[in-house]
Amino acid sequence: MESITSLLSIALGAVLVNNFILSQFLGICPFMGVSKKVETALGMGMAVIFVMGVASAVNWPINHFILEKFNLSFMQTVTFILVIASLVQFVEMFLQKAMPSLYEALGVYLPLITTNCAVLGVTLQNAQKSYNFGESLTYGITGGIGFLIAIVLFASVRERMEFAKCPKSFEGFPIALVAASLIALAFMGFSGLKVW
Amino acid sequence: MSTTILAPIVLTILGIIFGIILAIASKVFAVEKDPREEAIAEILPGANCGGCGYPGCGGYANSVVKGLAPVNACAPGGAALAKQIGEIMGVAVEEGAPKVAQVMCTGGGHDKTRYDYVGLSSCLAVSRVSSGPLQCSYGCLGGGDCVDACKFDAIHIVNGVAEVDLDKCVACGACVTACPKNIIQIIPRNSKKYTELRCSSHDKGPATRQACDNGCIGCKLCVKACPKEGAITVDNFLAKINYDICIGCGLCSRACPRKLITVDGVVLPPKPKKAAPAAAPKAAPAAAEAPKAAEAPKAAEPAPAAEAPKAAEPAPAAEAPKAEEAPKAE
Repeated sequence: MESITSLLSIALGAVLVNNFILSQFLGICPFMGVSKKVETALGMGMAVIFVMGVASAVNWPINHFILEKFNLSFMQTVTFILVIASLVQFVEMFLQKAMPSLYEALGVYLPLITTNCAVLGVTLQNAQKSYNFGESLTYGITGGIGFLIAIVLFASVRERMEFAKCPKSFEGFPIALVAASLIALAFMGFSGLKVW
Repeated sequence: MSTTILAPIVLTILGIIFGIILAIASKVFAVEKDPREEAIAEILPGANCGGCGYPGCGGYANSVVKGLAPVNACAPGGAALAKQIGEIMGVAVEEGAPKVAQVMCTGGGHDKTRYDYVGLSSCLAVSRVSSGPLQCSYGCLGGGDCVDACKFDAIHIVNGVAEVDLDKCVACGACVTACPKNIIQIIPRNSKKYTELRCSSHDKGPATRQACDNGCIGCKLCVKACPKEGAITVDNFLAKINYDICIGCGLCSRACPRKLITVDGVVLPPKPKKAAPAAAPKAAPAAAEAPKAAEAPKAAEPAPAAEAPKAAEPAPAAEAPKAEEAPKAE
């Protein structure tokens, strides 16, 4: 039963303790860019969960069976970028054909994720921490869930901020950055949380 | 040695594999996009004005192909474009009159104010202060909100009142939404005999008379003059033209005591009596010597002018050339 505990602790870590955005500061661009409305933030979050899960699943065998076998671990970053870019392209084509409704729902967010560093980050960390396949997949999906939580929380804050009074020089983006930093600060409260 | 060579080789092979997978995928998962959609999107003006009610030109093209949108909904493209889209879609297009926006106010009362307004010049701001300084609460404030909204440079403030440049206007409706007074309307513009009545005032006659030099007082003389039932109606002290019925004869323009109804931008002279056209050629030389008399009905007080057609018989005769046109116009 040790594996379940380790999977749980990975999940907890990815969602709360080491949240990709709020603790590791990966994937900040979509976090700031697509968080004006809760609705779009939700769409982006869903797409990120999807892509992070698939990318973890695909990159693990490539890392394990190709890169490590040929002693090419230093090539991870480049290879993973290549893999993620083609993967997103492939998934997009596949969805358009097979699940048009999901394709419509994810919309422009899917191609946007190609350049999301959280996706690259999760695959690199999988390799770094030498997770096995199951752990990689868990880390990918739960990392995506952490992203979803963070971006939806932030979007809700920003929606309210629209109506809040704010000094002229802070209006718009600067106050959003301040809000993001405060949420990150709040998430620091999760540090030290553990599954025994 | 081996890693330096191996690294590019592995990456190249991976790249080629992914390339092949993507190439195959693009064939296998190819979604057949309707070529008509692209063809339509190509010929649309690309202004993304939203006048058709769809999100941008692409959205409109999509809806047309799906059969949700009519082929002639693109106002900037006009009839020519509707025909082209109709050809692509294989649909016949019924020729509709091009539409234009028109400001339903001539600004006849724009110097008759109730108070001096000092502040933001936007119509929206002005209209918030007890619905604007004008005595006529339906009048154009001339703040230029519509000018800012127009993407086609088709509306301007002339002498304190918004004026639409009918040749530039594409009837996208941006100004209609922008106007806080709701006095801009989209109306069909017939190529000839384009009749218009530019007033929005629902005030009672005397009130309108006081607030404006040429507002509609709801006297119904136009309704009586109109040969077509329902082409012009008076509702709540304001005459309104129904363009589905109006034939552009201009009789209402001749009858209007306020000189408010225009045909092709011109106020027609009061209608002569039936006998007048016949008498005109003889009367013309005599009357031509007294051009001032001819202007009398126009210069006269608006109210008495209502009786002008009957009272001032010799005067219209002076305008013999136009009087000859009158029977045709009917």
